[in-house]
Amino acid sequence: MKIAVIDYGLGNMRSVEQALAHLGAQAQLTSAPADLEAADALVLPGDGAFGDGMKGLAEHGLVEPIRALAKTKPLLGICLGLQMFFESSEESPGAVGLGLLKGCSKRFTGAAFGAAGGLKVPHMGWNRLSMARPHPVFEGVADGSHVYFVHSYYVAPADAADVIARSDYGGPFCAVAGRERFVGCQYHPEKSQRAGIRMLRNFLDWAGR
Amino acid sequence: MLAKRIIPCLDVKEGRVVKGINFEGLRDAGDPVEVAKRYDEQGADEICFLDITASHEGRDTILQVVEKTAAQCFCPLTVGGGVRTVGDVRRLLRAGADKVSINSAAVKSPDLLQKASQAFGSQCIVLAIDAKREPMPGSGGMYDSEVGQSGLCEALGLNIRQMMDWMHGIKTRMDELPKRARDPRAPEWTVFIHGGRINTTLNAVDWARLGTALGAGEILLTSMDADGTQKGYDLGLTRAIAEAVDVPVIASGGAGGLEHLVQAFTEGKADAALAASIFHYGTHTISEARQVLRSRGIEVRDP
Repeated sequence: MKIAVIDYGLGNMRSVEQALAHLGAQAQLTSAPADLEAADALVLPGDGAFGDGMKGLAEHGLVEPIRALAKTKPLLGICLGLQMFFESSEESPGAVGLGLLKGCSKRFTGAAFGAAGGLKVPHMGWNRLSMARPHPVFEGVADGSHVYFVHSYYVAPADAADVIARSDYGGPFCAVAGRERFVGCQYHPEKSQRAGIRMLRNFLDWAGR
Repeated sequence: MLAKRIIPCLDVKEGRVVKGINFEGLRDAGDPVEVAKRYDEQGADEICFLDITASHEGRDTILQVVEKTAAQCFCPLTVGGGVRTVGDVRRLLRAGADKVSINSAAVKSPDLLQKASQAFGSQCIVLAIDAKREPMPGSGGMYDSEVGQSGLCEALGLNIRQMMDWMHGIKTRMDELPKRARDPRAPEWTVFIHGGRINTTLNAVDWARLGTALGAGEILLTSMDADGTQKGYDLGLTRAIAEAVDVPVIASGGAGGLEHLVQAFTEGKADAALAASIFHYGTHTISEARQVLRSRGIEVRDP
């Protein structure tokens, strides 16, 4: 199976590529719209700021192709990739997201955080997933599995039906969201050892159906 | 709730593991990639490589080690040792490191933390601090035997006047931070660089606060007093830093048994505990450590 890992100059794309290759997929790091078109499925990874991410996609002429292909091809968003599925982010006011889902990214704030509450930002480390509804990508992954997060912002879907799984950090937040053929996770499956590798394998299986 | 992390650390020199590794069935116990893979299989929450290659020529070997490890280990990988420039950080991240730790170079040029965190995000910039307890409370970083100012000048590559300017620059920036309560009778710690050989006279808690204000997203804190003793972490130091910064703190130096890991999290308030010998020599496995921590009510991961 041919997987296009979308490279727009931000973050560690290599780990995702290597994890997919480890699972036997033909993973290609690319920023060419034609490669996205030719692939069986797409992965949109990314670390860094929301505004920089959208700017990177725009500079490579990828915004419209991703919007269009998300309707026809399986698409997995990771970390910033998930955040860019949405319309906007508190991190980069004014920057417009892909808008595949309604809602925005918000910063972890409130009494539970910082010196007073003791919770640190970024939310970095292993935390539990709690499934909101079954999804093919989570087949065989136990509810409550730990996955590896690194982020300061979390997505707040306007439509609760888009939430696939939550985690808890000073309160529940959306850790996985999606609809139809696209799904995004806030954590890094490629860094989440056995559970994460299982999710990636499930994504490949799902994309193949 | 975030799980507390257990991190095995490998000292790597010119592409080979330095401290003895005693695992059954390893083809090559000196190969950091093989060892990292074994730790990944055991369910380490993260793996740390510390490159102690001295020569400049040997430095690129760590990139190959990182690349090979990242292709086979699907857990976070932190790499440090000899990181001097934003370019060094970039190369390690591109090779597959998730986080890069910076030690001496950040002391020499604190702006490096700012530049690196702006370029790649705070989450991947770790400030490594080697700290030593002051001989007497309030002695301000002075020790009986040390190389002193001349050693510091040499380490920084500065003449005495430039060194005074450098020191003034850092202390001014520390003074600009919100004041912290200091008990004159409580212990304090001093930052050492160049593998613990050079006394910077900088206060470790203040340096941790400045480093995180400049953009470091995590502190890898090694107690020079405890390191190598196997008598447990310096819990006072760990707690002092953990309470002073709002980024995660990794306790390092001194782990000799699983009870020490428990203490790092309870008394030390650390977010992660790094250990070498107890895992390398096969005294304990990661999963034994996890069981003990869980039995003591500490949230750990189910791998």
